[in-house]
Amino acid sequence: MGLSITLTINGVPRSLMLDDPRVTLLDLLRERLDLTGTKKGCDRGQCGACTVLADGRRINACLALAVSLDGADILTIEGAADGDTLHPVQVAFIAHDGLQCGFCTPGQIMSAIDLIREGQAGDDPERVREAMSGNLCRCGAYAGITAAVLDAQRRMRADDDAAQQEKQAA
Amino acid sequence: MTKFGLAQPVRRVEDPRLLKGSGRYTDDINLPGMLYGHVLRSPHAAARIVSMDTTAAAATPGVKAVYTVADLKAAGIGPLVCAIPLKNRDGSDRANPPRMALADGAVRHVGDPVAFVVAETPQAARDGAEAVAVDYDLLPANTDLAAASDADTPLVWPDIARNICFDWEIGDKAATDAAFAEAAHVTRLQVINNRIVVNSMEARACIADYSGESGRWTLYANTQGGWVLKQLLGQAVFKVDPNKFRLITPDVGGGFGMKLFLYPEHVLTCFASRALGAPVKWASDRGEAFLSDTQGRDNITLGELAVDKDGRFLALRSRNVANMGAYLSTFAPFIPTGAGTGVLASVYGFKAVYANVIGVFTNTVPVDAYRGAGRPEANYLVERLIDAAAVELGIDRAEIRRRNMVPPSAMPHKTPVGKLYDSGDFVTVLDAALAKMDWAGFPARRAEAAKRGKRRGIGLSYYLEATGGAPSERAEIRFADDGFVDVFVGTQSTGQGHETAYTQLVSVELGVDGEKIRIFQGDTDTIPTGGGTGGARSLYSEGQAILATTAVVLERGKKAASEALEAAPADIVFEDGVFTIVGTDRAIDIIGLAVAQRARAAKGEDVTTLDAAEVAEIKAHTFPNGCHIAEVEVDPDTGTVDVVRYAVTDDVGRAINPLVVRGQVHGGVAQGFGQAVLERTAYDSGSGQLLTGSLMDYCLPRAYDLPDIEVDFIEVPCASNPLGVKGAGEAGAVGSPPAVMNAIVDALRPVGVTHLDMPATPESVWQAISRAKAA
Ligand code: FES
Ligand code: FES
Repeated sequence: MGLSITLTINGVPRSLMLDDPRVTLLDLLRERLDLTGTKKGCDRGQCGACTVLADGRRINACLALAVSLDGADILTIEGAADGDTLHPVQVAFIAHDGLQCGFCTPGQIMSAIDLIREGQAGDDPERVREAMSGNLCRCGAYAGITAAVLDAQRRMRADDDAAQQEKQAA
Repeated sequence: MTKFGLAQPVRRVEDPRLLKGSGRYTDDINLPGMLYGHVLRSPHAAARIVSMDTTAAAATPGVKAVYTVADLKAAGIGPLVCAIPLKNRDGSDRANPPRMALADGAVRHVGDPVAFVVAETPQAARDGAEAVAVDYDLLPANTDLAAASDADTPLVWPDIARNICFDWEIGDKAATDAAFAEAAHVTRLQVINNRIVVNSMEARACIADYSGESGRWTLYANTQGGWVLKQLLGQAVFKVDPNKFRLITPDVGGGFGMKLFLYPEHVLTCFASRALGAPVKWASDRGEAFLSDTQGRDNITLGELAVDKDGRFLALRSRNVANMGAYLSTFAPFIPTGAGTGVLASVYGFKAVYANVIGVFTNTVPVDAYRGAGRPEANYLVERLIDAAAVELGIDRAEIRRRNMVPPSAMPHKTPVGKLYDSGDFVTVLDAALAKMDWAGFPARRAEAAKRGKRRGIGLSYYLEATGGAPSERAEIRFADDGFVDVFVGTQSTGQGHETAYTQLVSVELGVDGEKIRIFQGDTDTIPTGGGTGGARSLYSEGQAILATTAVVLERGKKAASEALEAAPADIVFEDGVFTIVGTDRAIDIIGLAVAQRARAAKGEDVTTLDAAEVAEIKAHTFPNGCHIAEVEVDPDTGTVDVVRYAVTDDVGRAINPLVVRGQVHGGVAQGFGQAVLERTAYDSGSGQLLTGSLMDYCLPRAYDLPDIEVDFIEVPCASNPLGVKGAGEAGAVGSPPAVMNAIVDALRPVGVTHLDMPATPESVWQAISRAKAA
């Protein structure tokens, strides 16, 4: 018996038939929808490579059963950029050399996007490191990743402020 | 126009693709009609296989085939060979136990491949594997390296006595012993270099696609260079012309040495694809990676340092027991022998060095190269030994090193183990590092920390690395019809940013925009030979190949320009990508020229074209070196170690791209730091089970664990290659473990601790303190 769910994935609503209720969001993305940008590093919630946003919050896609997310809005790395314009976090990863092999990178970026939204870490590199500790990077690009997160946060705030001012001026 | 100059921190060209999730790693590839393989692995460390029944497995829905070693043998498949011959001290050859891709009558470590199940879905393959019935007769396991050659230790291979694979030596034993006899002081230290699980974030995977029509395989696999694999698969395993194999290496999510080798799964997928007439994919999960990827290090080494009355080093002697695991991986015996001992003299003026290396088998996962491969182990021994000697002799730890360093005036310098150093200014690098970290001002910081109840220590290591790898490298430059310059290289990036550095080189030499250059790697059909990447060889070897090729391109370009512009070749000058008739404004740019000439040649005209391919012989190795200094605080109540400051002063020769080099150093330090304080690989001594078999049990460095790493470069150009580069991929992992451990021991010395083995986890630090107090 198939189960039917709907998910909005990178802005596109999709109705999906699941033949197995045990399928994880990660396998759904990678195997069925050919969205292979989200990576499988452990399949056990221990590495963060599979991080995506579900209704704006970062989750390990390998731990989430697809059925449990019926109706959710999913953002993956493929949807992070706005067309050809990279997300500020992606831009900052380039500027600060936040990646080497790139395998952990999609997870790092999705995690960073939500961390910045949470606004918990402030400008404290120590807290950024702590909050990004769920995302392993064996290449050891952590210094660049931390710098990138802090920089992206500054830029996004500045953009927000500018937008705010524009609004007020209007 | 974007000029990609040299020594510029150019942003990496591979970044945008990887950042958008459009990287293409092996497991991202799916071929039409593809089947999935699953390896059934041994749950036991040592057992005889009494019987195996695959009937139920074969009948599992979706299962296409179940293979055992009998199937491989029936098809004439040979064993995976180890590519490193080695002579024992007595002149005999090392032991050479056969390694079939599937267990042949016995299993020798937990995770040993037993059967290969191929099915329509990964799940069906797993279900099939579960249905294979294996009757094991359990044998006692040997997982303790220290006891591996004891008389009563169980044998991994019944006919290999005392589990000894080889007993090898290097250096002048008589001269070394004589130096020890006359030494005023001898320092002895036994160090354990802990076993590392490599854990690239991307696990291994491969897809074999056999074409009955052409009789050829295409093997997509995350390797560090497909050429070695193709040779081994063809010659040794399938006994066919190696050109029957096309190895395609897509994006690779980290290798660190571990993806250099031929693995059973390469053989199994190729075998199954031919047998079933369909592409077959195998993708490791993390648990399998722990049980089947080669692991690193794992040595127990006794070192001895002979010093004269003035604190000058006379000789070094070592006896190293190196774990090979249960089978010999592709390059395993080379790591502790040729690779490791080659740097034992490090940067110091030893008169004599002698090393004895004993490789032993245990019922554990095979061990092979891991970032640095033998050189971190050797440097760790030397730098720990020197610290111990300095303390015993009452000489400052920096001063004793300075006193013994080979001066620049002595370059080139030949070491007692036969390496020829081309360049190096070790004292300058050392002093810069000491000044940066205010070595002299440390006592005040220690006193201040003591007031807070913390034990503060400072430690330094001066490392020397000898880059390695294949003795030649190839580059090909083709001017494509779409106006791009295509460069085909024989090295294999696994995340090091090679594409960027190569682009910079070609851009400078040919005067072409960086955006107009494309780098191609990783296809053994379009690139006939290549040495792959390992031993931090890429930039200096491929760099030389690229320079050789651009030189030919320019030479041909001049001739071609003289044809196109109708002038004498001697009157043509080349600058900034443009050929000009000297003293005129008649000119043609290199890309336009190349495309036009080829079009003329295609029409049958007898003209010179610019495309070229060259192989550069890599005559000399390079010797990156540098100084790492760590300052730590230990909490004596909890045993936790906090690295409060960490600095690296590196001589990697000329840094073509400081941004990329810095990233490489950071990554290397992260791995070395992980080895020093976090990463412990533990096997249960009774059952031989890997106790640290998941990312929950095995502690990889996380963002939060790492200190800030300050990196400075002092460029002493390498004299043995035209680029002056020395290589940077491994250096960080070489210098960091001894620096961190020297700092921790320094912090604990006042409480009586003189040595501590890695990893310095809170528990082991706390116990060392307690033991010292009790003594
Ligand atoms: S793959 Fe999901 S956390 Fe590792
Ligand atoms: S960039 Fe390779 S694992 Fe993070």
